[in-house]
Amino acid sequence: MTSHLPILQVVVPLIAAPIMVLLRSGPIAWVLAVSVSWAALAIAAGLFVEVADGSLVSYWIGSWPPPYGIEYRIDVVNAFLVLLISLIAAVVIVYSRESVRAEIPRERHYLFYAMYALCLAGLLGIAVTGDAFNLFVFLEVSSLSSYVLIALGRDRRALMAAYQYLILGTIGATCYVIGVGLLYLETGTLNLADMAVRLAQVSGDRPVLAALAFITVGISLKLALFPLHLWLPNAYAYAPSVVTAFLAATATKVSIYVLLRFYFHVFGGSAIFDAQPMAPIWITLSLAAMFIASATAIFQDNVKRLFAYSSVAQIGYMTLGASLGSFTGLTGGIVHLFNHALTKGALFLLLGGIALRVGTIRFDAIGGIGRVMPLTSFGIVLGGLSLIGVPATVGFVSKWYLVLATLERGDWWLAFAIVGSSMLAVVYVWRFVEAAYFREPSAEVARLREAPLSMLVPAWLMVLACVYFGLDTQLTLGGAGAAAAELLRGRQ
Amino acid sequence: MTPETAILCALAVPLGGAALIAAARRNPNLREAVTLGTSVLLFLLVASLAPAVMAGERPSLLLGAVMPGIELVFKLEPLGMLFALVASGLWIVTSVYSIGYMRGNKEHHQTRFYVCFAGALAAAIGIAFAGNLFTLFLFYEALTLVTYPLVTHHGTDESRRAGRLYLGLLVGTSIVFLLVAVIWTWLVAGTMEFTPGGILRGRVSDGAMGALLALYVFGIGKAAVMPVHRWLPAAMVAPTPVSALLHAVAVVKAGVFTVVKIVVYVFGVDAIAGMASVEWLPVVAGFTIIAASIVALRSDNLKRRLAYSTVSQLSYVVLGAAVLMPLSVLGAALHIAAHAFGKITLFFAAGSIYTAAHKTEVSQLDGIGRRMPVTMAAFTVGTLSIIGVPPFIGFLSKWYMLRGALEAQHWFAVAVLFAGTLLSAGYLLPVVYAAFFRREAEQAHHGSHGEAPAPIVIALAISAAGTLLLFFFADSLLDLAGALAGVAS
Repeated sequence: MTSHLPILQVVVPLIAAPIMVLLRSGPIAWVLAVSVSWAALAIAAGLFVEVADGSLVSYWIGSWPPPYGIEYRIDVVNAFLVLLISLIAAVVIVYSRESVRAEIPRERHYLFYAMYALCLAGLLGIAVTGDAFNLFVFLEVSSLSSYVLIALGRDRRALMAAYQYLILGTIGATCYVIGVGLLYLETGTLNLADMAVRLAQVSGDRPVLAALAFITVGISLKLALFPLHLWLPNAYAYAPSVVTAFLAATATKVSIYVLLRFYFHVFGGSAIFDAQPMAPIWITLSLAAMFIASATAIFQDNVKRLFAYSSVAQIGYMTLGASLGSFTGLTGGIVHLFNHALTKGALFLLLGGIALRVGTIRFDAIGGIGRVMPLTSFGIVLGGLSLIGVPATVGFVSKWYLVLATLERGDWWLAFAIVGSSMLAVVYVWRFVEAAYFREPSAEVARLREAPLSMLVPAWLMVLACVYFGLDTQLTLGGAGAAAAELLRGRQ
Repeated sequence: MTPETAILCALAVPLGGAALIAAARRNPNLREAVTLGTSVLLFLLVASLAPAVMAGERPSLLLGAVMPGIELVFKLEPLGMLFALVASGLWIVTSVYSIGYMRGNKEHHQTRFYVCFAGALAAAIGIAFAGNLFTLFLFYEALTLVTYPLVTHHGTDESRRAGRLYLGLLVGTSIVFLLVAVIWTWLVAGTMEFTPGGILRGRVSDGAMGALLALYVFGIGKAAVMPVHRWLPAAMVAPTPVSALLHAVAVVKAGVFTVVKIVVYVFGVDAIAGMASVEWLPVVAGFTIIAASIVALRSDNLKRRLAYSTVSQLSYVVLGAAVLMPLSVLGAALHIAAHAFGKITLFFAAGSIYTAAHKTEVSQLDGIGRRMPVTMAAFTVGTLSIIGVPPFIGFLSKWYMLRGALEAQHWFAVAVLFAGTLLSAGYLLPVVYAAFFRREAEQAHHGSHGEAPAPIVIALAISAAGTLLLFFFADSLLDLAGALAGVAS
């Protein structure tokens, strides 16, 4: 049984989806979704324990040996990611019941849960597979289901946002598949590990260079690297609350993983990669994300949009860490991937509570919310502090490693850029603080109650995780450090 | 009780107190009793640790590693002991005072006020006992955040703006400069433990040492060295007990305490003595002393005048440390206590005047000494101590700083010490003069007010007596400060 964990990780949620559609019942679909999410978490924990010591799990689909068959290949890098995704999924799904009931028409509930299960399967599939084309398939599974999930939003603009994401997401996926096609032409294999070995011996460099470009652009679109982030703010702002929390905490993180896998493992052995000025380009774009997106966030009047722009900025921290090329930098980038998923997950879940009670989360409608929804508001403040990077929150751990990595290189200006951009986070977080605590609640707001417990408990679990993993970093830094070491091994 | 348990309790007691205060929110008398009880308990705990530290022990408590090599650790040493004693001792007096002030002015959100106050004390104790830079930074940030609701207590537009300045400057400088300095120190020294003699000696070039010192001094916004002092006058919008305990004692002293601690235990006084790249520090501190005094001279608002006086007096501590002589470091440590007692008395008096007479401007205080003799007598005592007249504690600290400066033949510091003394007399004595020797203006509608409520009067009498008593019983203070300076020499 345990030897089948890699495939079960994907198949369990994948099979749940059609069952939900066949049964056509919202409550049953929710129970199923909870069970598969928790099962996924259990499987992920099992896999993580298995590979935490640096070993490798290789699973051959249909027992066809790689590189002929599809191989699922788990090392500490993707085990860490799978653990994160299923952790977030397990928390979010508990929360979803109340929120979905309020935001989505009753007859579509089962569809929502089915799409959620598909999306989860797709994201997990991307993480565990060791095959470039299989990865594309899962990329599409997760993307298509997330288009549907976003379009289920109450606001009519959700349709437009989903459409925008569909167009850009499809362009991204197409770029990716073109890149994979070129690599296949050059190497004759789709197995990522095999591809890495053969790529080192390829003589003609132009097609490989083109493949690198296509894959970079394609994945950058999916991970919302500035300036390819245009789909993200609308998608996050108008999607149902649960979907925003789930996607913000997982989807972009998975794409960053794909990028790291290709850069460090597949292209890592290739001389072409080293000959290109990749690091300066990535550092520039990361800095642009950190500053421009943060500055844009300040001027939003929708709180969800504000935090969506903040996500674009935070993605900049992750790519910045990765592009520093050192162990410390990569550890910082990966640990921030984990930490930011927790922080944004917590924030969007709490915002969902406000959306449920107030009906909208524009700044002008939520004045004085700190008095009527004290727990929710205080949770958002704590999450905001983690975004800023106050010590004793996860954000501080990430920032410590990123600044340390820049100082190791002697890049002073980069260190000051990192800490300087977190000042922008202070500004946008404090916009919420001032709206929530310094304005008198309007008559409508004053008669509201605190969010229901079934939403508060999962959301606060995430908030407490932000504090806990800010003080005990054995799991997060340990996992990120091991993943960084594994990725850098491929660069030698 | 072992010292380790006492350290843990000293951190846990104010936090537990905060929880109990919140729980007792429906019964104000019980709530205030909890505040008083917590403050007394905290002081006893801190005081119980003092003999061991004076005997040369350095008890420590390790709570665990947050990141590899980066621990949450507490370690007692003389300077932290001194700061903790002053902050926790004055908390008791302030608690008495707060009861009179908050009730006398019918303030809102009193529970939040007392909860945050207790939280601020927990953070201050954390700073005082911190064993490494990381722990210190953690509680330093916590202190800023937990005092933000106190500064913005009134919830008005004015307090919101003040809150922005408060947070922007304190969090901004700490994240942009202090954090980078801490990480840089960790990178080059490989440790963050506060170690007698410093941890940076021989690890960075002289120029880098100067740059690092600049990052620290301007990163510690709470020390209010110009030009990062603006948050302090802005914070005066808070209720007076906050200005008194936090913005004359706990918060600002946490700032200068951190500066002294870093100069002594991270740089090492000997390691940077005579280094050309650090000679700017006395100049910046001296400039702050003079410039802030001049602003104080020109402020009619009493609390604003006191705030600028605080900015000026804080830089005495920085100057004392920057002269880099054992005696001046001793004086700097002593000044943390001396200024605390003097300035809290002045703020208590300002709040007393506000509560009884609703007066906020210096020009309105003519003849008020006859109506409020105890308050204005205490104000006079505080004034004399701040100026540095014997027999008040303010004299001792300036005396040692002056001796240190003379020994170092640091003529600039000597000149600043004299000029600052004259200026402080210039901005404080006119208040005393107006209160006692001017006639009450005819058109001033004083009504029939007399002294402020009893808790206020009791509190300010105690703190005024403190400045006098400390002068005569300064042995233990001198022992603590001397132990620090001994480390420094």
